[in-house]
Amino acid sequence: MNSEQPEEQEEPEEQRGKPIGRRVLLGTLGLGALGVVTAPTLQRGLESFLASASDKDPTGLTGLLPNGGGFRYYSVASSVPRKNATNYRLSVDGLVDRPTSYSLAELRSLPQTRLVRDVQCVTGWRVPDTPFEGVRLSRLLDAAGVRQGAGAVRFTCFDGTYSESLTLDQARRADVLVALRMQDKDLSHAHGGPARLYVAPMYFYKSAKWLSGITVTEDVKPGYWEERGYDVDAWVGRSNGRDDEPTS
Amino acid sequence: MSLRVDAPGRAASVRRFGPATRWVHRTTAALMGVCVVTAACLYVPQLAELVGRRELVVRIHEWAGLALPVPVLAGLASRAFRADLGFLNRFGRHDRVWLRAAFRRDKRAASRPAGKFNAGQKIYAAWIAGATLVMLGTGLMMWFTHLTPLVWRTSATFVHDWLALTIGIVLAGHIGMALGDPEARRGMRTGVVSREWADREHSLWRH
Repeated sequence: MNSEQPEEQEEPEEQRGKPIGRRVLLGTLGLGALGVVTAPTLQRGLESFLASASDKDPTGLTGLLPNGGGFRYYSVASSVPRKNATNYRLSVDGLVDRPTSYSLAELRSLPQTRLVRDVQCVTGWRVPDTPFEGVRLSRLLDAAGVRQGAGAVRFTCFDGTYSESLTLDQARRADVLVALRMQDKDLSHAHGGPARLYVAPMYFYKSAKWLSGITVTEDVKPGYWEERGYDVDAWVGRSNGRDDEPTS
Repeated sequence: MSLRVDAPGRAASVRRFGPATRWVHRTTAALMGVCVVTAACLYVPQLAELVGRRELVVRIHEWAGLALPVPVLAGLASRAFRADLGFLNRFGRHDRVWLRAAFRRDKRAASRPAGKFNAGQKIYAAWIAGATLVMLGTGLMMWFTHLTPLVWRTSATFVHDWLALTIGIVLAGHIGMALGDPEARRGMRTGVVSREWADREHSLWRH
């Protein structure tokens, strides 16, 4: 400043004041970086807090918060056709002796298994104690008669895009279902109804929605997200660089 | 617009923003709007179900986010815009007076001295700029997943999610305050405000 102004004149401060704007900007950046570093700890704390808060929240608004204890809807397809009891079919084919196709009524007439486990998404959200009910995948595989030399199972979906795979050993686990019901209601379209895969011990992307095909193959073929970097063997807590508590 | 003269040498209206500042604001606002709308379509379950097309919505969101700092960077070519940034950056003693009045909810113009920008506008501008860069950084970590370890990506997702919510609230406040002050909006839209408004709301602004 070229001229000395008397103290009570405030205008020159417009140019001469402290660069606090810059400090606020840099401080925000620093907090953001700190947030990334401390996220695993923060996230755990917030999740347990929000999970207990959402139990007492009649408005359901906590479900909209990040990690608020609700499901999030992910679809990779532009639009997903709706299927119901009249037009839904689930085919079982590939390296099997008796390729089969089930209607929804046929699936419902088979013995049902109900599992109550946490759902863990690889992006961080977790929904505690969620009941799933359906037919054990191993039962469908046994009914079709898996041939010698088969090593894996591939799943396709009627959204036309999504796919998943399991090894035969994984597919035969007792906690892997073709689920027809979730939270003690018939599976809604948004949750992958009328039938979806449910792989309890793995991250939720393994539980393919809108299941329409089960094909027994020789080797595991990476599914949709696995082509995009996620682990094929997606055990909760032991894959994808995460250390969540196992779900099954 | 008519620069009507009601007293010798005193026009009834004064110039507040040059074209560069107004275009930076306009394009930044449009890009931010695209980010917010696409974010809602990815995040709010009901909207996500309605829209689907996750890949496409993600692409639009990513590119709008990437472009978000571009208008400000381009605006740096303008001397008038750089001057506005300088006013936003510098805090004087009167800004502390303004903030104290704001905390006391003292709404009288006399107790809220302000230069071209009041202290609230200055803090908002600095914070939203920093927050945008944090969103850009965490967004890039989620976008180019091979660049960082996966733990970083989930951490970035966490920060991106919560900061998005915060930005949504702060942005709503920004828009709400603009809706409450038509003359301030006119300043941003046409570049011109009434002298009476300028003297009342920004008493220390030398225009």
